[in-house]
Amino acid sequence: MAAVSGLMRRPLEQVTVREAINQGMDEELERDEKVFLLGEEVAQYDGAYKVSRGLWKKYGDKRIIDTPISEMGFAGIAVGAAMAGLRPICEFMTFNFSMQAIDQVINSAAKTYYMSGGLQPVPIVFRGPNGASAGVAAQHSQCFAAWYGHCPGLKVVSPWNSEDAKGLIKSAIRDNNPVVVLENELMYGVPFEFPSEAQSKDFLIPIGKAKIERQGTHITVVAHSRPVGHCLEAATVLSKEGIECEVINMRTIRPMDIETIEASVMKTNHLITVEGGWPQFGVGAEICARIMEGISENLVLEYSSCNKQCIPGHCIESKS
Amino acid sequence: MRKMLAAVSRVLSGVSQKPASRVLVASRNFANDATFEIKKCDLHRLEEGPPVTTVLTREDGLRYYRMMQTVRRMELKADQLYKQKIIRGFCHLCDGQEACCVGLEAGINPTDHLITAYRAHGFTFTRGLSVREILAELTGRRGGCAKGKGGSMHMYAKNFYGGNGIVGAQVPLGAGIALACKYNGKDEVCLTLYGDGAANQGQIFEAYNMAALWKLPCIFICENNRYGMGTSVERAAASTDYYKRGDFIPGLRVDGMDILCVREATRFAAAYCRSGKGPILMELQTYRYHGHSMSDPGVSYRTREEIQEVRSKSDPIMLLKDRMVNSNLASVEELKEIDVEVRKEIEDAAQFATADPEPPLEELGYHIYSSDPPFEVRGANQWIKFKSIS
Repeated sequence: MAAVSGLMRRPLEQVTVREAINQGMDEELERDEKVFLLGEEVAQYDGAYKVSRGLWKKYGDKRIIDTPISEMGFAGIAVGAAMAGLRPICEFMTFNFSMQAIDQVINSAAKTYYMSGGLQPVPIVFRGPNGASAGVAAQHSQCFAAWYGHCPGLKVVSPWNSEDAKGLIKSAIRDNNPVVVLENELMYGVPFEFPSEAQSKDFLIPIGKAKIERQGTHITVVAHSRPVGHCLEAATVLSKEGIECEVINMRTIRPMDIETIEASVMKTNHLITVEGGWPQFGVGAEICARIMEGISENLVLEYSSCNKQCIPGHCIESKS
Repeated sequence: MRKMLAAVSRVLSGVSQKPASRVLVASRNFANDATFEIKKCDLHRLEEGPPVTTVLTREDGLRYYRMMQTVRRMELKADQLYKQKIIRGFCHLCDGQEACCVGLEAGINPTDHLITAYRAHGFTFTRGLSVREILAELTGRRGGCAKGKGGSMHMYAKNFYGGNGIVGAQVPLGAGIALACKYNGKDEVCLTLYGDGAANQGQIFEAYNMAALWKLPCIFICENNRYGMGTSVERAAASTDYYKRGDFIPGLRVDGMDILCVREATRFAAAYCRSGKGPILMELQTYRYHGHSMSDPGVSYRTREEIQEVRSKSDPIMLLKDRMVNSNLASVEELKEIDVEVRKEIEDAAQFATADPEPPLEELGYHIYSSDPPFEVRGANQWIKFKSIS
């Protein structure tokens, strides 16, 4: 993988999200000896979704560790290792399985720095695919952005394209706090143009900052992860009808960049939030609540949300 | 001779400070050390166990006595402060279990690591924090070791990872700390403690599996005080041989009321781990005098007679004291003197813990994230903001 990515170092080369995450982890593993990766099938299988391809061959058993199917156990082990000064990347094969380990993520990782009065940091990354995939049924399709986004002490990021994926995974690994990186399985194979800055070994995207992917004046459209792409497609269609959408890629769920969304809404007076999670108590609901709290009395706002259906499973809408 | 000395000592103690009685006591000939027989440990998957005799030096003995007495008095003071409502919230006391925390510490180095559950005040002390910092944390004041933000269950020190509130969660954490020890290539081990109640948690078995697979230098230690809250071991576990529950992990069952037994077993276990053989399991059979927590009188699920019997026959401080006095390692007066000093230390600490102010409200939002620039945290409504610094 490393040899191949060496060939990729030309401006505006196409890099898939999978390759971008792989590059990001590879660079950070090389940069800091304390970084290591553990999870199911991350080593000899090259990753269940091949995201860690080549890393075990390059770094060996000490740095790339295959675990038994024991989410609560290995997540706890990862958190303990972080407390003792290492910098683990803990992969959940999908975030649905992180529910088995969620106590370690929240109670052992997120809350510890606060409870210890600032004595015990936990520099850990939890990463893996989140949300719906293609026909994997109810138990394998849940979006955890709202669940993890709820908790102080945690940082939660949700990359959309390759640039996001590489910049955010590197920032997450270098961050001294527990960071949840919500990837998307259907995005892994999607290629994007990689700007030249993204090829630098120190390319970082700051956690806590959203990006305006498309400027517009009539309506603010806010999304994270794969839906960002859908929003941009929709914006192109709407543009032909004379409606200019401002599409905001959240990039970070927590701490949320509400300022960017607020500034946009002040301009457009219309907001629609788009996400792959359930609407009730979701990311869009939080954005709406914050905007309502923050806007001045003179502003008129129309809000709508586009979510996953309120059913346990996932349903692909027919095109109409 | 002894009576005369005692009489003179008493008189002098009354009129002057310590030095006089110290001189008198020091002029007695104490033994430098003594050899004691200790109970043989039950073994699981081990050919040999810890030795059945051990040498205790006078210096070590006095130190262990002082430490155990300090933990005892500190816990009793916490009980008192709780009943006065100066300590609130959770408070789980470990009086009766002093031989565990002091004995374990005696068997390891300060560079080794230790993690335990919520009955943690004793370990917080033996791992190096002062009684002052501990009591002030219990009373929630700024002089507490976690600045008053952690409380009874969340105290941290160097190489001591708390203090953990979720039963059993600390065990995979401990295995992770052991992984870091191995990763760093240092000769360090991690003592990972849990109770008889926690021993039935699934994540502990996950931790056993990975620790054994990867040969982590982890000493799993079950502090079996016979009751998980109010459920006795017979009512909770299909097998109460906790030292065997690690299955493929070798184990020993240790008399947790005898500090020398605990010390020897710990030395044995630590040597095993340091040699790279992988994890080992110790079950310490011990007893708590208090109920599970301050809201539990501790007598609805066990009899007062049982508690009294343990107190009179197996009290760890009494056992050490008897040994030392009978082997001429120390005198009764000398140990009483230590008692007096300890009481004073605890009293001073309690004064501090009662008088110290609470952390300022402005700092409510501090320490949410590490190493980050300051930011604002929402308060109870959108117009209340707290500053957060790392």
